Amino acid sequence: MGSENKVKLSVNGLAKQYGAVQALAPTSMDVSEGEFLTLLGPSGSGKTTLLMMVAGLTVPTSGEIWIDGKLSTFLPPYQRDIGVVFQNYALFPHLSVFENIAFPLRMRGMKADDIRTKVSDILSVVDLAQMADRLPKELSGGQQQRVALARCAVYGPSIILMDEPLGALDKKLRDTMQSEIRRLHKALGSTILYVTHDQGEAMSMSDRICVMRNGAIQQIGSPSDLYHNPINKFVGDFLGGATFINCTVEKCDTNTIYLKSEMGSFKAQNQKKLILPHDEPAVCMIRPQAIKISSSKIKEMNSLPAKINESILTGTMTEHHTILGDGSKSSAVEITTQDIQTFENNKKVFVNWSEKNCVIFSGDELK
Amino acid sequence: MSGKLNTKRIFDSLNEGISSKYLLLPIFFFLAVFFVYPVVSMLFISFFDREGSFTFVNYYEIFRGYNLSILLNTLKISGWTTIFTVSLAYPVAYYLSTAAKRNANLLIIIVLLPLWTSVLVRAFAWIVLFGRGGVINSTLAFAGVDPVEILFSYFSVIVAMTHAFMPIAVLSMYATMQNIDGRLKHAAATLGAEPGNVFWRVYFPISFPGVASSALVTFILSVGIFIHPALLGSPKQTMIAQIIIQQVDELFNWGLAAAISVMVMFVSILFIIVFDRLVGVVSITGAQGVGRPSGKIMNTLTGAAGNMAVTLSRLLTIFRSKKAARSSDRISFPIEILSVIILIFLAAPLLFLIPVSFTESPFVEWPPRGFSWQWYERYFTSPVWIEATIRSIIVGIATAFFSLLIGVPAAFSISRGSFKGKGLVLPYILMPLVVPNIIIALAVFYFFSDLGLIGTNLGLTIGHTILAVPYVVLTLVAVLQNYDQQLDHAAWTLGAKPLIAFKRITLPIIKVGFITSFLFAFMRSFDEIAIALFVSSGLQQTLPKKLWSEAHHAISPTLAAVSTILIVIVTVLVVVTELLKRKQK
Repeated sequence: MGSENKVKLSVNGLAKQYGAVQALAPTSMDVSEGEFLTLLGPSGSGKTTLLMMVAGLTVPTSGEIWIDGKLSTFLPPYQRDIGVVFQNYALFPHLSVFENIAFPLRMRGMKADDIRTKVSDILSVVDLAQMADRLPKELSGGQQQRVALARCAVYGPSIILMDEPLGALDKKLRDTMQSEIRRLHKALGSTILYVTHDQGEAMSMSDRICVMRNGAIQQIGSPSDLYHNPINKFVGDFLGGATFINCTVEKCDTNTIYLKSEMGSFKAQNQKKLILPHDEPAVCMIRPQAIKISSSKIKEMNSLPAKINESILTGTMTEHHTILGDGSKSSAVEITTQDIQTFENNKKVFVNWSEKNCVIFSGDELK
Repeated sequence: MSGKLNTKRIFDSLNEGISSKYLLLPIFFFLAVFFVYPVVSMLFISFFDREGSFTFVNYYEIFRGYNLSILLNTLKISGWTTIFTVSLAYPVAYYLSTAAKRNANLLIIIVLLPLWTSVLVRAFAWIVLFGRGGVINSTLAFAGVDPVEILFSYFSVIVAMTHAFMPIAVLSMYATMQNIDGRLKHAAATLGAEPGNVFWRVYFPISFPGVASSALVTFILSVGIFIHPALLGSPKQTMIAQIIIQQVDELFNWGLAAAISVMVMFVSILFIIVFDRLVGVVSITGAQGVGRPSGKIMNTLTGAAGNMAVTLSRLLTIFRSKKAARSSDRISFPIEILSVIILIFLAAPLLFLIPVSFTESPFVEWPPRGFSWQWYERYFTSPVWIEATIRSIIVGIATAFFSLLIGVPAAFSISRGSFKGKGLVLPYILMPLVVPNIIIALAVFYFFSDLGLIGTNLGLTIGHTILAVPYVVLTLVAVLQNYDQQLDHAAWTLGAKPLIAFKRITLPIIKVGFITSFLFAFMRSFDEIAIALFVSSGLQQTLPKKLWSEAHHAISPTLAAVSTILIVIVTVLVVVTELLKRKQK
């Protein structure tokens, strides 16, 4: 999704106020044609509000929505050429699977013969050809989900909005449906705006992720971008989890930041090239796979003393959970091999990481 | 610029559904003109004497010995009726809510049948049972026991009134109990509570709002009743509603009738306030479901009851084998038996009317003699009866139509809209439910006589609509609140314009709710007697009024025949609506 791609959906200063509560602060972003963009955030972060305003089901307090270069802020939903997959599917309970899927086609005045062909086509795509005459309540959760997808895909809307569509499914079904949705996305080439609070789902499906909190965008970027260069502690924590060490700045130059914590000193590469003042409070974030646990200090690496809380072999990965000197928790993972050892509880160990593999947050980034 | 504003407005209203507060205007004005104004003006009337000068004399009159004793008598009968109704209805509602689904459906029909059967018809049934030549005394005579005087006593009045109000009480408690999460009982049990404590400390407090609302409704209905004391009581059981009728019909003493009505309303309001303190009056609808059983007193009482029940059952188990200790999930045998007996009490009396209608004798007596169709013939060949029946049907359909016309927009507004003062809307619409019917009838009578609506079908329809529209709104609000608005949203995003989405998605799904509330309103009108008593003239009677004036002369087999016809019609209607509902599910 390079910059040569056409902008499909553009949101400009869009905001929503419910009385005294600001559900969405003025927000701007662009979604390119064919892109899969996920709105990720905890509940109450404003992601569903944003989605519903794009769908035309919630009226914005201010701002603009442009779809295909056309101002659509106050366009009613039935004139927007969008498709929505709702959280509870919103299948029409009194209509058969066939009639549910045929509904948008009928609304578009399509001929009965064409409707029959189109619906049977999409039914075989989602593997529900035998279920055409069933009522929604006679289907399993996963099948209902597929009907909802089919109903949305059948008329080829140029933007598909999905509001936590997998929220009601169990883990295994979710994984299947994730690849199903990705497959549909590729096959149809449609633009997808997806809402979820599950970071794993967001990372594995999206071209770009928009992390939201308290009704405002925190950061937009590719999954790898967000994972490796989170803009603040919240984003870092929300995507993937990490060890956070409270510290203060001891010394800082354009290459290296020297930091001091209760447990000892360490340093970090100055990725942002900002000169931080002495004694500035900061937090050092280290991803679990960047941490090595050892019985003695490892040379050339940052090292802090810790105590094993639990060390478990979970399968492919082995996890070491430790408690640092200041009482904060830290987790490390490594790939399970023959020579990997687990540690006994309460064993005194060292938490080691390279100065290149950590991110320093300070000032506003700590919030 | 204006174009944009305009589309924004349309878009806004689309978004809130069809829900602006203007939809409330029809019902607001209807009730303001035909309910609030007449009732309030009665307050004024109560301060004027026959000559039209200002006076307090009507209020002195109330507290003069005779009237006061009748007021106290009314409170006494209503109080006992309420106590019996609620305590008999509770086990049945409990049984219904725990019974297996299929059984519950059948049992609910047993509760619904008497609910829909005219109050008058049900009162006749008790006359057949209690009368001198009635079922009980004939059976006693057969067994060689001297006949006893059952009719014309507190006993007969209170039994018949309890029978009359129980279906409503059962249903409103059932509505609350259905919403109680069955797992709570399991949770309490796993936390170490024995069955007695599970019930008293967990289940009962949660179900209490249902108990309170049915007590409130029963009491208010009882205070305004005149049918039962008149037909099944002696002068000793005279109730206040009879005095109101007497003052208007026989003595033309408007002022006193109005003053008594004001008094009764005052008592009702007092009662409501007491309930509000106890449980919060919103639970009157029953639709409010599970609510907060409040306060220390409640906790202390239910706690004590729980301890007592547990101690008792422990004592009992000492004398019984281990197998008595069953899972708390299964309903206990005694409750099952008790519920079945109460259900028989609800349904059986009606069945005795049917054989009586085929008797050859001109008197209502048990057992009926021979077999004859003559009483049916008399009904079908009497122009007065037929005319009354047709009038009732016409007024019923008009009432149902009119109630839906103003009730549907109001229900949409209440369930979808959000605007200032919305919380006051439902209480306003439900007001006619908490004012005794006889008082509404009196107020409307006075107002209509100014407008020349007495003796007209329009007058009857308006009067019945006042009483029917709260039920219509309640039913429809419940239906609409169960309706997932996301379905509309889905339809819009799939390309359906609002009107088409309404026609193809909303309407098919809520259709049964509409039909049910139409039938509800129809039955409410078809069975209504208080309004007809005042508003219809002697020549233009409704069926209940005709039944009532006949019954005043004598209980004849014709009444049994008409009652049987009504029972058959109601049975068909109830079964059809239940089948419709089930098909919907």
